[in-house]
Amino acid sequence: MTRDVAVLGAGMHPWGKWGRSFVEYGTAAAREALADAGLDWRDIGSIVGADTVRGGYPGYVAGATFAKALGWQGARVASVYAACASGAQAIAAARAQILAGLADVALVVGADAAPKGFFRPAGGERPDDPDWLRFRLLGATNPTYFGLYARRRMAVHGDTPEDFALVKVKNAAMGALNPYARYRKRVTAEEVAASAVVADPLRLLDICATSDGGAALVLSSMDFARRHGVARPVRIRAVSTVTPRFPNTVLDLPDIATDSAATAEVAGETFRASIARAAYEEAGVGPEDLSLAEVYDLSTALELQWYEDLGLCGEGEGAKLLREGATAPGGRTPVNASGGLASFGEAVPAQAIAQVCELTWQLRGAAGDRQIADARVGISANQGLFGHGSSVVAVR
Amino acid sequence: MSRRGTPAAAGWFVGDGVGFRLLGTRCSSCTTVFFPREDAHCRNPYCTGGSLEEVPLSRKGHIWSYTDSRYRPPSPYVSNPELPWEPYALIAVELAAERLVVLGQAAPGVTVADLTVGMEVEVVPGVLHEDAETTWTTWHWRPTGVRA
Ligand SMILES: [Zn+2]
Repeated sequence: MTRDVAVLGAGMHPWGKWGRSFVEYGTAAAREALADAGLDWRDIGSIVGADTVRGGYPGYVAGATFAKALGWQGARVASVYAACASGAQAIAAARAQILAGLADVALVVGADAAPKGFFRPAGGERPDDPDWLRFRLLGATNPTYFGLYARRRMAVHGDTPEDFALVKVKNAAMGALNPYARYRKRVTAEEVAASAVVADPLRLLDICATSDGGAALVLSSMDFARRHGVARPVRIRAVSTVTPRFPNTVLDLPDIATDSAATAEVAGETFRASIARAAYEEAGVGPEDLSLAEVYDLSTALELQWYEDLGLCGEGEGAKLLREGATAPGGRTPVNASGGLASFGEAVPAQAIAQVCELTWQLRGAAGDRQIADARVGISANQGLFGHGSSVVAVR
Repeated sequence: MSRRGTPAAAGWFVGDGVGFRLLGTRCSSCTTVFFPREDAHCRNPYCTGGSLEEVPLSRKGHIWSYTDSRYRPPSPYVSNPELPWEPYALIAVELAAERLVVLGQAAPGVTVADLTVGMEVEVVPGVLHEDAETTWTTWHWRPTGVRA
C-alpha cells in the first residue's frame, strides 16, 4: 500500500519586510498554491495552518484565520504550533488526515510578519518558560547559540570562519536566482568577513535575518490526483516529527543546560541526526539517493552540521564536503538550491513549508535558472525550539 | 543606600566566595542530576520515579564552547539603554561528574579572546543587574586562577 500523498500545488508570497499582516501573506500564498493545483478553494476538504502569534494568543489562530480570509466554506480545520518546525508538522497533520481518509485534498498554509532584529519571547514575567529565562538570565539570543555551535565546530573539527563564509557565498548565489527570495544579490567571502561580528565567531552575513513571508501547499490522496488528471505528481513519502531522546547532550535552544548523561545510556546519534534518520526509514531511501536537500541554515556553520546529520558525509567532514563543491549546484547533493534561509530570512511558520515548495518545483523540473538536473528525491530538515524537529522526503 | 541582594533565579545557586555553588536536584531512585532544578518529576524515561533532592553542582568544569553578544539583547534581558552596550562573553561549561553542560555569562572583564574550548573554569557569584532597591545576583564562569 502506498503511503504517498500528492503535492498538487505550491505557492509563496515573496519574502521581505513588507509591513503587512501575516494573514495577507498566507492568503496570497494559498491562492497561488490553489491556482497551481488547478483547484478552487471550495474544493478543499481540510485546511491546516502553521501557527503564529496574534494579539497574545499564540497557537490558536492560524488555520481558521486563513479559512476566514479565503471565505468560510466549512472545511475541516487544524492549527499546528511547533516553533520552527510548525510548517513541517502542519504538512504532517494534513498528510495524516489524507492517509486516514478524513480528507481527499488539503491546503497547508504558513505565514508570518516577523519582528525586526532578534526574536524575543512574549512579554510579562514568566520564569516558568525556558525561553524567557535564557533571555532574562543570560541575554542569550538565538545567534549566541549559533555562535556556540560554530565555535565548537572550530575547536573539534577545525572548521574556519572562511569555511562558514563559503556557505553564505553558495546560498546567496542561488538566492539571486529565486524570485521569492528576500535577498537577491550574490555575496563574496570578503563581504562576509567585512560584516560586523554578532556572536563570535559569527558575523552578520553568517546569520539569517528575520523576515515576512508566506508559503502554501495543496496536498491530496493519490486517487484524488489521478481523478484530477495528474498522473505523476510530486509525492511526499515521509514526514518525520520525532522528539529528542534522553539524555539530550547537545545544548539546544532555548535551554540553559543539557540533560545529565551520567545515569542513562546516551543515544548513538544526536537529535538532529535522528530527525533525518526517521525520515529516511519512513521513505525507504538513504542519503545516497538524494538529488538535493533543503536545510535550516539559521547560520552558515549550522548548514555544515546538517550535512553530517543528513549523512551526506561523516562527522566533522562538512567543511570538506562544501569545499569539494559537493553541496553546490552541479555537485553530488546540492543543498539549499532555493538560496536557503540565508536568502529568505526567517518567517517561522512559513519556512518549513517553503522548503517543500522548493523541493516540489525542483522535482517537477520547474525551478527555472536554479534547477538541479534530473532531480528525483529531495529532503528538507528543520529544528525548532523546545524539542521540535521535522524532515520531509519528497520524490517524483 | 545599600541594596538588597536577591537571586535572579530562586533556588538556582547558594553561598558566596569559594562556597558559591550552582544548585540542581537529584533523583533518589536513578541518581540523575537536573539543572535547572527539576522539582516535579524525574525526567529520565527509564526511571520509575523517585523524590528529587537539592544537590550542589561541581564548582569547576571545562569549556564546551563560548561566544559573545555584540549587540544589546532584547527584553526580558535588563540593560540600561542610555549606557553604551558592553558585550559580554557566554560560556557553556561541561561538568565532568554530572556529565552535563551549563551555560552562563563570563565574569566581567573576561572576553572571548581570553577563552579556549577545553579551558578550566570555575563558578563565581556575579551581579546580573541592579535597580533602586535590589541587586539581582547570578552565576558567572571565570577561568580558574584568574582573580576578578
Ligand atoms: Zn529518576
